[in-house]
Amino acid sequence: MPLACGLCDKQAILKRPKTGDALCKECFFLAFEEEVHQTITDASLFIKGETVAIGASGGKDSTVLAYVMKILNERYDYNLNLVLLSIDEGITGYRDDSLESVKRNEIQYGLPLKIVSYEELYGWTMDAIVKQIGLKNNCTFCGVFRRQALDRGALMLKVDKIVTGHNADDVAETVIMNVLRGDIGRLRRCTAITTGTDGALPRCKPFKYTYEKEIVMYAYFRKLDYFSTECIYSPNAYRGFARAYIKDLEKIRPSAIIDIIHSGESLSVKKEVKMPVQGVCVRCGYISSNTVCKACIMLEGLNKGLPRLGIGKTHKERLKMAEQIGEKEDSSINSQNLKSCVSDHFRPKSNSTSFEKNQLDSFWVQISQSGQSCCKSNTVGCSCQRSVVCKDVTAGIQSSVEQQKINSSVIDF
Amino acid sequence: MSIPITLEFSGGAELLFDRQKRHDIDLPKQENPWRIQELLPWIRDNILKERPELFMQGNTVRPGILVLVNDTDWELMGELEYNLQPNDRIIFISTLHGG
Repeated sequence: MPLACGLCDKQAILKRPKTGDALCKECFFLAFEEEVHQTITDASLFIKGETVAIGASGGKDSTVLAYVMKILNERYDYNLNLVLLSIDEGITGYRDDSLESVKRNEIQYGLPLKIVSYEELYGWTMDAIVKQIGLKNNCTFCGVFRRQALDRGALMLKVDKIVTGHNADDVAETVIMNVLRGDIGRLRRCTAITTGTDGALPRCKPFKYTYEKEIVMYAYFRKLDYFSTECIYSPNAYRGFARAYIKDLEKIRPSAIIDIIHSGESLSVKKEVKMPVQGVCVRCGYISSNTVCKACIMLEGLNKGLPRLGIGKTHKERLKMAEQIGEKEDSSINSQNLKSCVSDHFRPKSNSTSFEKNQLDSFWVQISQSGQSCCKSNTVGCSCQRSVVCKDVTAGIQSSVEQQKINSSVIDF
Repeated sequence: MSIPITLEFSGGAELLFDRQKRHDIDLPKQENPWRIQELLPWIRDNILKERPELFMQGNTVRPGILVLVNDTDWELMGELEYNLQPNDRIIFISTLHGG
């Protein structure tokens, strides 16, 4: 038989995963809302008078977020001007249905709604993109485009901040994924409750410490109207594995989720590890750690009929585009630097010191695979004297490669 | 005597059941009382339409699917050991679907 609530004498309806407490419906609602309020005030997420866009997909997390933000705004006099912001990726049978649920939220919660579409921003719907590229890398396109789309929509609305429904399970998943990928830059950023403070618009996650189970239970008991389905295109397989892993852990020990977040927050990155420097895309002005942002490269590929252009590593295409825009990097080659840099860190197995075409080839491939730093293995001792995104070296490599007329298909993308 | 119960699937779990959310079923008579432990394979074998691995893992529901017994978290009701009563309402909500 069910237990009594741990806080009052009513019948408990749920066991909280974070604390193990059994609570009744009313006590659960209050605990849930108060914890989100606590998160918001502890991190000073908002300033009175701000306009805040709620990234609304029509799914459970953003629907509950919109509801709770509205309640807390009134209860605690945040004095925020809340708006709903939705992205229409142009996926027939998926997004059009979920947008209907956002439109109902607009009426139910009395919050203004703005929908921006991939079609108006990029000239391409996801349906059209999938026709071009098939079902293999479509999620990459969608993810890259969505991130920008939310910012652009928010800029159109002239808001001060964006809040998203990312929950504790999502954050834990992202920590695990970044560990598995060795993506130190993202690993350091991904547990931050607010990101993008240096860019155009700060983004916050008021549900950072809120368990997915509680969000779903809250939506169920509050009878909130949300939409749930699978995207009709193939799901992100990598995240899917991380997700299943987190859920399996949670089953054994529910605190695992909050513990992973805590681990992520407590990580300190060695000083010697260089982080990508955030700049802006020379083409569209969006924040980017490269000269041309990923979305612009992907778009270029789509428009040129070469949709695979933006998939995988894209150094070469970035350089080309930057050159076209007239922001050509100083590509004066210090061939001595290049050689020593290569030989220091990617010394050929044969121990040969001569710098042959095939070694250049393999170096280029290693650069492509290793991401942004030319000397990732030991940035401090890099003989080229530059620690991150060593453009001289990559540009140099590229022109050398081109001079030698190496088949470009083996080099990149 | 068979046991009439109501099953509901939501949060995306209904996609495995031909998008039908509510199922009124009669569990056939058996010697021992019906527990959720026996109900799960019965659902899998009788009304599940596709991808059983997205519904069950081992002898229980796949982690990430919430179960409610008459609107109470099954974690407070003994989970797999809960003895089903006539007219019980068992709800399965998937948390694994985005929006």
